[in-house]
Amino acid sequence: MSADKLVAQLKTGLDAPICLTWELTYACNLQCVHCLSSSGQRDERELSTAEAKQVLDQLRDLQVFYINIGGGEPMVRRDFFELVEYSVASGIGVKFSTNGAFIDAEKARRLAAMDYLDIQISLDGVDAVTNDAVRGAGSYDMARRAMDNLAAANFGPFKISVVVTRHNVSQLDEFKALADSYGAQLRITRLRPSGRGVDSWGDLHPTNAQQREIYDWLMAHGENVLTGDSFFHLNALGPALPGLNMCGAGRVVCLIDPIGDVYACPFVIHDEFRAGNVRDDGGFSKVWKQSDLFTSLREPQSAGACASCGAFDACQGGCMAAKFFTGLPLDGPDPECVIGGGEAALAELAAAPVAVSLKPRPAMDHTKPTRHPTPALT
Amino acid sequence: MSTELIAHPLLGLALELHPQVALRPEPFGALAYHYGNRRLVFLQHADMVRVSQALAQHPTLAAALAACEVDEQRWPSFAKAFQSLLESEVVVERSQP
Repeated sequence: MSADKLVAQLKTGLDAPICLTWELTYACNLQCVHCLSSSGQRDERELSTAEAKQVLDQLRDLQVFYINIGGGEPMVRRDFFELVEYSVASGIGVKFSTNGAFIDAEKARRLAAMDYLDIQISLDGVDAVTNDAVRGAGSYDMARRAMDNLAAANFGPFKISVVVTRHNVSQLDEFKALADSYGAQLRITRLRPSGRGVDSWGDLHPTNAQQREIYDWLMAHGENVLTGDSFFHLNALGPALPGLNMCGAGRVVCLIDPIGDVYACPFVIHDEFRAGNVRDDGGFSKVWKQSDLFTSLREPQSAGACASCGAFDACQGGCMAAKFFTGLPLDGPDPECVIGGGEAALAELAAAPVAVSLKPRPAMDHTKPTRHPTPALT
Repeated sequence: MSTELIAHPLLGLALELHPQVALRPEPFGALAYHYGNRRLVFLQHADMVRVSQALAQHPTLAAALAACEVDEQRWPSFAKAFQSLLESEVVVERSQP
């Protein structure tokens, strides 16, 4: 079977997700301006420890090999270690994303002693000025301290996870050097206009010229850099980047949010992309296998306005979430279409008087009512 | 160098799935996940899955292919596929055939 045939098969959906993101809590000590889940405050409806373990039991039965745990800041949950240990003991490997605030020397040693555990420390600038402008005061030092603690505990190759913005594209080489200095692995992903990103994306997303820079950089370094396959919209610029080159939403990936809602992917927390809840009869398994939303995402999708574009096979029309939250039709160009289709569509939308009110807002906002700079945990 | 056709050297090896590899059945064949190196591999044919699971019970890859009734004409392509699985450590050589 060729790679194309495999992708065609994957688009019709798998019996269980390959990679599932589970955000454990909306609580977070930071309030990043681009947070995809608008996190800040805990939601009182969040899953209990017992409910979370029931979800893990289901994922074990579905033979989900590993999960990506995020938040919010997942380590805020008191049962964080209990759930991670339960998951690993169930045969479900864990990769978790953290801002590093709670990885002190002792926690680093505890994490280093665990099997089948990967850690991603978020960092959006190679210096405090660039990083803290997006992630908040003190967050750069917080992340570096966590990296130092993991290195001192001989954790092994953790990951440094970067959301690529207009302000850090020029730092890609330095991010790579930083990762190499720790023996860590660099992961760069695409900024989406999701969560609080709805309001910050316009100022933060890479310019068209920078998109070419990202593409060229990935062509040169891509083999040793993780991307979560998130830059496939750039494939219209030339030969395909490594990866499956497809949108996996509801087909091979999905999101479970802190209150148990299941969404097609981590970047579409909106009613339109909510497939069900793990508390529903049949639990996660039934939502994955039978929900109307996921069933429809596994049917052939229309190329719409992009059908006549020669680059469509390369870019697949880009990212559903990026289109949705910028108010663009899902069967048209991505807002960052490298051919220029997105810019034109956004300009057209901006010129329409009702455009602003038509732009969808995320389903929930857990932003703290007033922003107090949170001192790093010592 | 000799130009004569020789059997793929892999066919004579005793192989088995890496103990840290799990297979999950899927419509196209199976997903193989290596818990150690975190690699995810697609086994893109039901016969690949059957042979992979049979490896440990047979002295060689060739014997496993024969036991799974895979047509000999297809053996070279299976040998190639298992070569790549060997490189990603999804399958490993057994010390005791």
